[in-house]
Amino acid sequence: MSTASSRSAAAVLQARNLRKQFGAVTAAGDISVGIERLSVTGLIGSNGAGKTTFVNMITGYLKPDSGTIEFDGRDITTLTPRAITRLGIARSFQIPQLYDALSVEENILVALGTAARNGQLGPATAPRGQASRLARQQEEQALAQILSQFQLRDYRVRLARVLPQGVRKALDIALAMVARPQVLLLDEPTSGVSSEEKFAIMDMIMTALAQQGVTTLFVEHDMEVVSRYAQRVLAFYDGRVIADGEPKRVLQDDDVRRYVVGMSHAAPAGARSHA
Amino acid sequence: MSKRLDPALAVFLALLAALIAFAAWLPAWAQSLLSIALATGMVVLGLTLLMRTGLVSFGQSLYLCLGAYAAGILNSKYGVTDMIIAVGAGALVAGVVAFLLGFLMATYRHIFFATLSLAFSMILYGLLVKSADLGSTDGFNLTAPTIMGIKLEGALSQRYKLILGAVLAAIATIGLWRYLRTPLGRLAPAIRDNELRVEYMGASVRHAVHVKYTIAGLLGGIGGALAALAVGHIDPDSMAYWTVSGELVFIAVLSGSASVIAPFLAAAVFETLRMLAHDYSPNTWQLSLGAAMLLLILFLPGGLASVLVRRSREPAP
Ligand SMILES: Nc1ncnc2c1ncn2[C@@H]1O[C@H](COP(=O)(O)OP(=O)(O)OP(=O)(O)O)[C@@H](O)[C@H]1O
Ligand SMILES: [Mg+2]
Repeated sequence: MSTASSRSAAAVLQARNLRKQFGAVTAAGDISVGIERLSVTGLIGSNGAGKTTFVNMITGYLKPDSGTIEFDGRDITTLTPRAITRLGIARSFQIPQLYDALSVEENILVALGTAARNGQLGPATAPRGQASRLARQQEEQALAQILSQFQLRDYRVRLARVLPQGVRKALDIALAMVARPQVLLLDEPTSGVSSEEKFAIMDMIMTALAQQGVTTLFVEHDMEVVSRYAQRVLAFYDGRVIADGEPKRVLQDDDVRRYVVGMSHAAPAGARSHA
Repeated sequence: MSKRLDPALAVFLALLAALIAFAAWLPAWAQSLLSIALATGMVVLGLTLLMRTGLVSFGQSLYLCLGAYAAGILNSKYGVTDMIIAVGAGALVAGVVAFLLGFLMATYRHIFFATLSLAFSMILYGLLVKSADLGSTDGFNLTAPTIMGIKLEGALSQRYKLILGAVLAAIATIGLWRYLRTPLGRLAPAIRDNELRVEYMGASVRHAVHVKYTIAGLLGGIGGALAALAVGHIDPDSMAYWTVSGELVFIAVLSGSASVIAPFLAAAVFETLRMLAHDYSPNTWQLSLGAAMLLLILFLPGGLASVLVRRSREPAP
C-alpha cells in the first residue's frame, strides 16, 4: 500500500498522527496530512472509511485520541468548533444543518450578524451590536452577494424546511462561507442530488470559492466529480489514507480501485483480476 | 427583517400614550386591572424571550417575587417610598440573581431547564414562608408610594402607578424589539432550531442563552416591583408559589413569542377573564380558564402574536 506523504511545505493545515477509536472501530489510524494553501483536495473512501471523522477532528467536533492538528502553525487540536470557526476554518455537513423554521434570508442574516460580531467581515464593520447605517448597508450587500453566488435568490423568503435537497446543500455551504473562512471543508456537497445536477452545483460552489480564495477539502463519492474538481485526492480506507496525490494517479491506484472505487462505483472490468 | 418600527408596535405605543394621557378618566377598577396587566405583561415578555430561544421556564415567579420583595422591603422596611427607586431595586436584584443563576441555567435545556427553574422558585418560596420578619405566609403591606419627592395619595397614587407601568412597557417593548434585531438577539430562533450550527457559525450558544436568561430575569423583576406597587401587598403565595409560574406560562402561551407587544395584550386578556370569571362564576373559574386554554391551543397555536405578526413569505409548496 502506498502510504500518505505529509506535505509540510507551505501547509495551511497540518494533521500529524491522528488516531480515533470508537470501541473496536478504528475511525482514524495514524493519519498525517498537510494541506497546501488555496489547494482543492478531494477526500474519497467507501462508507465508514473515516472521511467525516477526519472532518470532525479538524473542525473540533471530535477530539483525536492522539495526534495534533495545526492551522497556520497554531495548534488547534483541543479547540472547540466555535473557536476553530472563529480562526477561519468552516465546514458544511453531510446532512445540511440549517435553521429550518427560518427563511433562507433569515438563515444568512443570522450568520452574517455573527460574522460581523466576530469581526470576520473586515475592518469597516461597525462595532459589536451597533446597527449603524453603514453596517446595515454592508449587510444588505453581503446578503445579496451570497444569495446570488449560491443561486438562492429565488428561495429568499422560503422557509429552509421546505427547500429541495440541492438548495439545502447550497444554503448549508453558504452559511459556512458567510464568515469568509480561509479553509472550508465540505462533507459530501452533492449527496442526495441527482447526477445531472451534481456538476452544476459543484461549478457554482467552486466558482464562489475561487472568488474568495479559499483552501477547500471536499468529501465525494462520485469519481467523475472528484477528478473534475480536485487537484489532489486523499483516499481513505479503514481509518487510514491509502493513497494521496493527483486525481489521475490515485484513481488508477490498485488499492484505491480495490477498496474505494470498486465498492462505491462500478470498477472497470478486470479490476478484480489483480486481487 | 425590516428595520422600520413595526406597525403593531407603533399602534401599541400610541395606545400606551393614550393611556397615559387619559388615565385620570378611567374608572378605578380599570386603572387597577391595567396596572396589574402591565406588570404581568412585563414578566411574560421575558418568558417569551426564553420561548423564542426554545426554553420554557416553569419558575419565572422567582424573578417576579424577587422584584416584588426588593421593592416592598425598601418601601416598608427602609422607608424608601419612591416608585422609580422601587422598580430600579426590583430590576437590580432580579437581574443580578438571574445573571448568577444564568451560569448554571445556560447549560440546561428542555425539561431540565424547566424543572431547575421551578426548583429555584420553590427554594425562594420556602425561604419566604420561613421568614417571620417578612410576614411569613401573610406577607406585608406597602406604604403609600411617592414619586420624585411628591407624596401620592388615593386616586393620584393609582394613576401614577398606571403611568409608570405604561412608560416602562413602552421602554421594554422598544428595547426588546431593537435587541431582537441585533446579531445577538437574532440568535434566539437559531438556537431553538439548531445549536450545532450556531456553534459552527462561531457564536456561543451558552453565552447567548445566558444573556437572554438575564434579560428575562430583569424584566421579571421590573414586573414584580410594578405588581407590588399596584397591589400594595406582597406575600409568597401570590408571588412565588409554583401556580404563579404556571399562570405566567399560560399567559406566555396565550401571547406567543413572535411579538413583543403580545405579552401585554395576553396579560390584559387574562386579567380581564380572571376578573369576569371571579365575578360571574367564582367556583368554576379554573374550569373556564382550562376551557379557554384548550380553545387557544386548538385554534391559535401561535398565540395572539401569530395574529399580530404576518410574515411576508410564500406558503409551503
Ligand atoms: N460518534 C461515533 N460513535 C461511534 N462510531 C462512530 C462515530 N462516528 C463515526 N463512527 C464510526 O467510525 C467509522 C468511520 O465513520 P465516518 O463517519 O468517519 O465514515 P465516512 O467515511 O464519513 O462514511 P460515509 O461515506 O458513510 O459518510 C464508521 O465505522 C462509523 O460507524
Ligand atoms: Mg461521512
